[in-house]
Amino acid sequence: MKPVNVVITKIVEETPSIRTFFFNLSFESEPGQFVMAWIRGVDEIPMALSRDNAITVQKVGPATTSLFKLREGDSMGIRGPFGNGFRIKGNNILLVAGGVGAAPLSPLAEKARLQGLKVTTLLGAKTKEELVFRERFEAAGKVMVATDDGTAGKHGYVTQLIDGEDYGQIYCCGPEIMMKKVLDTVRPEKSQFSLHRYIKCGIGICGACCMDGLRVCKDGPVFTGEILKRSEFGLYRRNECGEKVKIQ
Amino acid sequence: MNTKKAKYGLNSVSLMLSLTLTGMELKNPLILAAGVMGTTGGSLKRIADNGAGAVVTKSLGIEPSGGHSNPSMVEVDCGYLNAMGLPNPSYKNFQQEIDIPRAQVPVIASIFGGCALDFSEIAGILDVDAFELNVSCPHAHGYGAYIGTDPDLVEDITKAVKAATDAPVWVKLTPNVTDITRIGLAAQRGGADAVVAINTVRGMAIDIDSGYPVLGNRFGGLSGRAIKPVAIKCVYDLYDALKIPVIGVGGISDWKDAIEFIMAGARGIEVGSAVGNNINVFKDISLGMEAFLVEKEWTLDDIYGMAHKL
Repeated sequence: MKPVNVVITKIVEETPSIRTFFFNLSFESEPGQFVMAWIRGVDEIPMALSRDNAITVQKVGPATTSLFKLREGDSMGIRGPFGNGFRIKGNNILLVAGGVGAAPLSPLAEKARLQGLKVTTLLGAKTKEELVFRERFEAAGKVMVATDDGTAGKHGYVTQLIDGEDYGQIYCCGPEIMMKKVLDTVRPEKSQFSLHRYIKCGIGICGACCMDGLRVCKDGPVFTGEILKRSEFGLYRRNECGEKVKIQ
Repeated sequence: MNTKKAKYGLNSVSLMLSLTLTGMELKNPLILAAGVMGTTGGSLKRIADNGAGAVVTKSLGIEPSGGHSNPSMVEVDCGYLNAMGLPNPSYKNFQQEIDIPRAQVPVIASIFGGCALDFSEIAGILDVDAFELNVSCPHAHGYGAYIGTDPDLVEDITKAVKAATDAPVWVKLTPNVTDITRIGLAAQRGGADAVVAINTVRGMAIDIDSGYPVLGNRFGGLSGRAIKPVAIKCVYDLYDALKIPVIGVGGISDWKDAIEFIMAGARGIEVGSAVGNNINVFKDISLGMEAFLVEKEWTLDDIYGMAHKL
C-alpha cells in the first residue's frame, strides 16, 4: 500500500522526551503491530501503535525531531499496520516495559484485561518523569515500578522486579540490553519480545531488518524467547548499511 | 508407462529441474534476485533452506553506504516501487556472510561500482561462485544504469571483471533503454558468461494528499507483476540476439511465470519481490514446475526457448 494520509488531531506530552500523536483515522491492528510513519520530505520510520489511532514516539534522532515539530492539524503518511502482534496466552500474564517500550505493551494490557486475564506490569524508566502509561497499566492490573535513579519505585532496573511467580506468558519491550536480561531470566518458551531494528521496506522484501534470517518487519516484530535464544538477539544489530553493530 | 514418465520416476523427480548454468551445478533454475533478503548470511541461508537453487547477494560496493532516505520501497497497485539506493556494508565486510549459505547452494555476488576499477577490485578479492554486475540500478546517481545504458562502458567493465576473476560473470541489464540487445551484445563482447534481464523499470508515485513524491529519492524502479510482460519480451529478444545464456527476472511469483520465462528463452530464473508475501516461493515454484513437466511429459530442455520454435 502507498502511505495513507492522516491528520494529527491531538498531541499528548507523555514525558519530557515522549509524545503521543493521535490521528483522525484508526487502524485495525493487534497489539504489537507497527506502522511506517512518513514525515514528508524527511524520512519514514517504524513506530508501534500505542492505540488503534495513535503512535507514541521518543525523540531520539533527526526523523523523530522533525516529527516533534508537527502540530495538531498537521498531516503525515502512514503505511501499515505491519508485522505480527503479541499472541495472548494463559490466564496470568506479566508485562515488562522499559521506557518507550511501554507503547506496544499498553494496548496489550488493555486487551488482556478485557479478556479477563490477570495482568501484572513491571514498568521501568531512567527517572520518574520518564515513566510512560503508568495509569493505563494500573487500570489493567497490578503495577510495579523501577527507576534507574530511584526517583520512583525500586532504585534499579525493571529486570530486578521479576519474581518467581509462574506466569502463563511474559511480554517484554524495551532497550535490547534489558530485553536480553529478561530473556536470560525467564522461561524462553513462555515469553514474547517486541524488537526494534532498522527497517526500510516494512513488507518483508529488502532484508534490511534481518536478524540472522528473521525479518523483524514481517516475521516479527514480536518473537518468542525460544526463537531469540537461537539468534543474534542481544548480541548484534545491523545499521542502515547492513554492518554488524554490537548491542550495548 | 510413457518413456518420459519412466525417465522421471518417483526417485528422480527432484532431479527434473537440475541444470548446469555457466558451469555451476544447480538443483533447480530458481535463483534469489539481488537486493532481496541479501544483506546477511542468515537471510541468504534461509532462502537456500527454502528451496532456491542459488542466491544472489545484495549489491556490494567499495565503501559502506546507507542508501537513500525512506520511504525506500512501497507497494503500488501493480507491483512495488523502490529506491533503496544501493545500501550495503561494502564487500570488505562480506565474505563471512557469503560463506554461510555457500555451504548449501552456489552464491553469486552482485557488485556495483562507478568505474571498471571498482568492479575489478571487488571481483579480484571476493571468493564466490559467480559475479553479477549491477549495471542497471535505475536510481543511484553515477552507478547502475548510468553505466548500463552505455554499451562501451558495459563491454569495458565486463572485460575488466573477466580479467580479475576466474568465476563466471553475469551482467544484469536495465530495460530502460531503446534496445536491450545492444547492451546484451556489449556484455557478450566483453566476455560475459550470461546476462540477467531485467532490473526494475523506472517509475514514480506521487502522494496526492500532499503532492510529495512518495519515495525518498523521488523516483525509483518498478518491480513485481506489472513488469513481467516487459521482462518476457526482453528475455525473448536477448535469446535471439545472444549466444550466452539469458537469466530471466521480473515479476515472477509462481510456477506459471517461471515456465513462461523458460519458454521465452531464460536458462535460469530469478525471483525477488515475491519473497515478501511468500518466503516459501522457491519451494512452491519448484513443485509446480515439476508437476507441470510431468503432466505435459516435457523436460526443461524441451521448453527452453520453446516460443522461438513455434
